[in-house]
Order: sequence, then C-alpha cells, then structure tokens
Amino acid sequence: MYGEYVLRRLGTMLLVIFLAISINFLLPRLMPGDPVEAQLNQLMATGGGVSDITAMVESYRARFGLDQPLLSQYFAYWQSIFRLDLGVSLAAYPEKVTDAIAGGLPWTLGLLGFATLVSFLVGSLLGGLMGWPRTPKALRIFGNGVVVLSSVPYFLVGMILLYVFAIVLRWFPAGGGIPFGLQLGFNWPTVSAVLWHATLPAISIIAAEIGAWALGMRGMLVSVLGDDYIALADAKGLKPGRIFLRYGMRNALLPQLTKLALALGHIVSGAILVEVIFSYPGIGFRLYQAIQSKDYFVIQGIVLLLSVSIAIAMFILDLIYPLIDPRITAKGK
Amino acid sequence: MAALGNSLARLYANRSLFAGLSLLLLIVLVALIGPLLIDPALSRVGATIPRLPPSADHWFGTDGQGRDMFTTMILALPQTLRIGIAAGFISLFVGVALGLIAGFVGGVVDTIIRVASDVMMTIPGIAILVLVASYVRVMTVDLMAIIVASLSWMVAARTIRAQTLTLRERGYVAIARLNGTSGLKLIFVEVLPNLLPFIAASFVVTVTSAMLATVGLEALGLGPQNDLTLGMSIYWAQFYGAILRGLWWWWGPPIVLIVLIFIGLLLTSAGMDGFVNKRLEGN
Repeated sequence: MYGEYVLRRLGTMLLVIFLAISINFLLPRLMPGDPVEAQLNQLMATGGGVSDITAMVESYRARFGLDQPLLSQYFAYWQSIFRLDLGVSLAAYPEKVTDAIAGGLPWTLGLLGFATLVSFLVGSLLGGLMGWPRTPKALRIFGNGVVVLSSVPYFLVGMILLYVFAIVLRWFPAGGGIPFGLQLGFNWPTVSAVLWHATLPAISIIAAEIGAWALGMRGMLVSVLGDDYIALADAKGLKPGRIFLRYGMRNALLPQLTKLALALGHIVSGAILVEVIFSYPGIGFRLYQAIQSKDYFVIQGIVLLLSVSIAIAMFILDLIYPLIDPRITAKGK
Repeated sequence: MAALGNSLARLYANRSLFAGLSLLLLIVLVALIGPLLIDPALSRVGATIPRLPPSADHWFGTDGQGRDMFTTMILALPQTLRIGIAAGFISLFVGVALGLIAGFVGGVVDTIIRVASDVMMTIPGIAILVLVASYVRVMTVDLMAIIVASLSWMVAARTIRAQTLTLRERGYVAIARLNGTSGLKLIFVEVLPNLLPFIAASFVVTVTSAMLATVGLEALGLGPQNDLTLGMSIYWAQFYGAILRGLWWWWGPPIVLIVLIFIGLLLTSAGMDGFVNKRLEGN
C-alpha cells in the first residue's frame, strides 16, 4: 500500500515539475514583443564591450533557435534543462545563470531552514499552550498578539525591525550577508559575522510565521483534548504535564506536519521580500536585482528553481508522513 | 425586520467578526471620501519640498520626490483596495464556478479541476506572478488585479467543491431532482443559496491572498509604475533607501495602512469561521 501511495505522490510531483517547466517556457513566448532582443539592442547601443555582444546574441539564438517552430524550441528547451544549462546573465555577462543561482542558494537555504524550523517548533508549542486550559491568561493574550502579527506580510515586520534595531539602536548591521571585504573561511570570525547578519532577517520571518503555526496547533489541541483517551488519562490520575505533552501535543503535532508542505510556497514567497529589505545575498535578493536590470534569464532560472525545489520538498515530506502516521496511506484513497 | 435585528445581534455577539468588519468599513469609507477632500496636485512629484518631517502643513511629512505623504496615502488607499477587491471578485467567481462544476459533474471533469487546483497550489504563486509581471510593458491597476486573480482562485474552488459534494446528497436536493428539476435550476435554486456563507468566507480568504500577492509584487517593483498604490510607496521608499536614511514617515504610513487592512481581514475571517460553523452545527 505504501508503494502505491509513493507512486501516486511521485506522479503528482513529476506533473508539477513538468507544468512548471512548460509554463516557464511558454509564458515569455506568449508575451507581446521580444523584451530580450530589446534589451540586447539597448546594450548594443550603449555598451562598451561590443565584442562580447555578438557572442551574447549567438548564445541567445542558440538557446532559443528563434527561427525554428515552437515545438522544436520546446524540445530544445527540455534538452538544455537536463544539461542544467539555463543560459547566461544579461546584466552580469558572461556569468552563467546556474552560477548566479548557486551563489545565492546557501544563504537562502540557511536562513529559510533555520527560520522555518524555529517558527514551527516555537509556534506549535505556543499554540499548544494556548489550547491548554491550565495556561496562564497572560500567555494567552501574548499568543493572540502573535497571531495578529502573523497576518502581516513578513517584509513589513522586517522593515520595522531594520529601522529600530539597525538604524536607531545600531545593534545589528543594516544589511548584507557579511561585512564588506571579509575573507570567507570556515573560522569563527566568518561564522559569527554570518550569524550576526542573519539575525534580523531570521527574526522577521520567525515573528510573522509563529502565529500561523500557533493558530493551527491551538485548534488541533482543543479537538484532541476532547477525545476519550484524554479523559481516561485524567481519570487514571496522570500528571497534567504528562497528559499535555505525551497525550495532547504528540497527537496534535501530526496534522501540523502535513501543513508544513502546504506552507512552503507561502514561506518562500515571504522570504524573497525579507531578503530584499535586508539586501541579504540569497535567491530573493538576486531575483530583485534581476527584475531591476530586466535580466530575464536569471528571473526565469530563479522562478524555475523555486517551483521545482518546492515540488521536490513536498514530495519528500509526503514520503515521511506515512512513516510517522500510518493512517495517511489509507486515508489517501 | 426582526430577522435583520436578530442577525445584527448575532453579529455583535461575534466580537471578532464585528471588529473586523468595522475596521474594514472604516478603511473603505476613508478610501471613498478621502480623495474628495484633498488637493491631488500635492501628490505630484516636486509639489513640495522633499524629505520634510511631519508638521502642521504636511501631516505625514513629504517623501524624497516632494510628494505630500498624507495626500499620497489618501489617493493610494482606494487603488490598493481596488486591486484587492477586484482580484478577490474575479477569483471568487472562477473558484465558485469551477467548484460547482467539479462537485456536480464529477468524473473526469472533477479530476481535471482538482488536479489543476492542487498543482496551482504547489507552484509558488509569486514565482508565476514575477514571471508574468516582469514581461508586461506597462502595468496598470486593472491588469494587476487580473494577474493576481489568476492565482488566488484555488481555495474557493476547493471549499465550494467539498460543500457541493455534501449538499448534492442531501434529501431535499434528491427530492427536487426526482421532481424533475433541471440541472441548472437545481444548482441555482437548491444548492447555491445554501453555499452563501461558504462563498462569503471564501471571498475574505481570496481577497486576503490577493492583497498579499499584490503588496509583494509591488514591493518587488512589479506594480503599476504610474499609479499611486500603498505597495508602490513602499517600493519607492525602499528604492531610495528611506529606511537607511531614517525617513520613517516615508515608509511608515503605507505600512500602518497595509497592516490595518490585513488585521481587518484576519479578524473578519476568524469571525466568519465561527459564523459558518454555527450554521453547520444547527443543521
């Protein structure tokens, strides 16, 4: 049964990836005009390095085979995808798009991974406590405040934090990933500088994300607490703390995990703008720079990376759930 | 009249819904009346001395390009609401139509619609929005609404489909069908009225996600460049480094207005859940 479940999930993932790549191919071609050619012409009119332009046009022609019919262009596109060739950056020629993306990836993965993990754990615990009858009132009020904060887009929280803690109080750096001119290496100055710069962006994501987890967890815990085995545990005289953690939280946490997959797209979208606000050198900030300089190949590459990686992440989460909760494979029918 | 009084009393009893709707109503009123009371010329580039802090003459100060911030905010608010509400309506219409069709027709049609909405939920909306918006030469407020709407219909479609499936099997629908009621009449007379609370709840959700996408796109610089909207104000403030230069009155007012809109939507949505579920319990 697990095999059939895995196959179905695999099918969904491949369909999503197929559609994402096809949309990425089709959308620019459906748009009126040819912005890339316009960009190249503009570069040629103003550009100093004219010798490079011909190479760019060549790579551009080779990449799209513009004289060929749409269908063969489509196949050629797939071939280049499998060769991991996403073209060259127009703004930072001759940097490859894959290199531009690879440069930003570790920053984004580190920031997002850490912030998502922390907000998931803290938010779930807070939500559980909000649904637990013995929780002090002050914590409940605090929890409701956090929930309201979660309705605000991440980057607005980031702007306020940036102003208060980096401009007015000057406790944290005002942007970037590392201090200017620092030699990267695996040593303490590098690690501390990276953490120092990541603190405010991480807090903006965490502050805006905790409430969403808390809201879901509160609802789940309240419904779990209504179950018979909780009444039984209570009647047996088990300690409240034990009932809360082992009987309540443990069972309420499972649906939270399923929500993690659905929230991924939302978290990634939110994090893009946080990176922009803090000039944090990840994928989101590169996307912003690419939009500013109309660097279409980089925009396409990043959009493709986002769609494909979220599809893969959801597939991995889908594989893990049934191992935690065997009911899921049966329920999927 | 008694029914109206009754539902008003119920509305008041639901504090979250009451607070949320009041806040949203207030914002809409400001957006409708505000532009009539101000001089739009003050929102043009170079109308005032740039970068003045708030004073009696300029309540919210002036931005780096010499716009009066108060005037700019009053003019930007209705544009932002217009994008959110228009996108909400379009995606609600599409979502409800697809949900009803999927729930009623079933079979292959249902599978196609369900898989399509699942796939659309997986692909990060902002990625497709960025792709589309970056290729549009001149972005306008209405075009923005259509682009954003094309990516926020899924929640409505899912909710309405699930509800249609349960309503379809109810006794009164079966009786109407046995009486020879035609398919369309069945949908519009027997099923749709009972879906209204869910449609209202879906509307709030779609407007929220549409506003979120709009503000995000605008802050990335992909919004309507020639119109005043709250998100574009934030973009220009960010573009000219207003935060780093300590010009808090440039980016503060749009943030406060956006936050108020989202809090109003959150409270309304949370209150509506109670409203909708109460109906469910009553059945």
